[in-house]
Amino acid sequence: MTVRRIPTTQRPRATGAVRRRLVVGFLVLLALVLITLSFRQESDGPLAGFQSAGSTALRPFAVGLERVAQPFRDGYDWVDSLLGARSEAEELRAENRELRQRAIQNEFAGQENAYLRRELRYLDGPRFPDDFDAVAAEVIGRPAGAFTQAIVIAAGSRDGVRLNDPVVTADGLVGLVTRVTPHTARIQLLTDQEAAVSAVDVRTGAPGIVRHARGTRETLVLDRVRKQEVIRVGDEIVTAGWRASGFSSLYPKGILIGEVTSVGQTDTDLYQQVQVDPYVDLGSLDAVLVLVPAGRSR
Amino acid sequence: MSAGAALRASALIFVAALLQVAIVSSLVFAGGAPDLLLVVVVCVGLLRGSVPGAIIGFAGGLLVDLLTIDTLGVTSLVLTLAGFWAGRYGETTGRGRRVAPLVAVGLITVLAGVFGFTLHYLLGEAVIARHALFTALAPALVVNLALAYPVYTLVRATVGERRTIEPSAEVEVVV
Repeated sequence: MTVRRIPTTQRPRATGAVRRRLVVGFLVLLALVLITLSFRQESDGPLAGFQSAGSTALRPFAVGLERVAQPFRDGYDWVDSLLGARSEAEELRAENRELRQRAIQNEFAGQENAYLRRELRYLDGPRFPDDFDAVAAEVIGRPAGAFTQAIVIAAGSRDGVRLNDPVVTADGLVGLVTRVTPHTARIQLLTDQEAAVSAVDVRTGAPGIVRHARGTRETLVLDRVRKQEVIRVGDEIVTAGWRASGFSSLYPKGILIGEVTSVGQTDTDLYQQVQVDPYVDLGSLDAVLVLVPAGRSR
Repeated sequence: MSAGAALRASALIFVAALLQVAIVSSLVFAGGAPDLLLVVVVCVGLLRGSVPGAIIGFAGGLLVDLLTIDTLGVTSLVLTLAGFWAGRYGETTGRGRRVAPLVAVGLITVLAGVFGFTLHYLLGEAVIARHALFTALAPALVVNLALAYPVYTLVRATVGERRTIEPSAEVEVVV
């Protein structure tokens, strides 16, 4: 039995270690410099230009991959929907009957409302959807990790999209544009921890702020609702679209957000605890509409 | 690392970053999504060493930050350290061990999760610890572990394994 040293390369051990430390130290330093510059930069700074150029160059690959993946995603959704199709059909028939009745009532109320507005010469802020054009865009990216609730879309400033434009789907509110490059834009979803939307309960008119619910990924809460307001499960929540002292909400009035799923209050809390289920399935967005004010030049 | 291997590793990380952003991030299982890019970076580190692991991690992170128009450098920092650590593990105690991919992916998923949480917190982005560290991290750990061996096999077939061994003070017994 003999003992021997494991074969080694010819390079001295110390040189390899120094080289390794130098390379990693440089990369870590570079990453820290990028973070610092990225945080401090203006929207038209050199790093923003680099990011914009990089995002534009990578956009065709992201769009291509998204299109390749789309049929598979549709197939999965189709199989998934078959499992609950029968019970869902029953629910939808009942909902359809109720909505038909409400549509007739709303038609009368709408005509009356239009007549009264004309008579009163009522001045109002931008209304959804009449005062907005919609830029339809494909979702081409979703940031990884649990830290950010955002998507990237294949439309940017060249398509008329600007910072803070609201984003919707046919089902309701999705979020807000938080970064724009010429050909892509980043959308902060309603479920992001930084997002907040002034909203009202349609039935009672009770105001509040819709925020991300702590500890969950896709649930919202209607915060700051006073205890004397009577909120019920099933109430619809829409954007408030307020205007005051020259300031206005980033979201136009009347965009559907979600439905109240639970209401609670405790003696110690100042406000009610209202949980809201968003109408939009924010986890499986394929395409969205960016609302740009009507008449904005592209 | 030869020019051919470097080219293949670059192509692999490019495809992994695109797949991660366009498809994999939306595959949510029990509240968490797999991190294919992290698993690829760990496997490259294990197979090719700490320096290639760190460089590939940095490049992959930069690609993701560009694709998602996110704060530049955040993902790069996390993946650089992940690739480096995986490389060091592969060069030392993990060398030749069958469970090395599983151990490295598992440990680095948890460490990257905690480090990412800390980084976002330091940058002033409110991060809810319970969600980030338990609701999302636990299912992500499970799916990342499930990906470890298939991705390791794919990466080894694509970029190969480093033949040279780091100078070592270790000895072996020959009978």
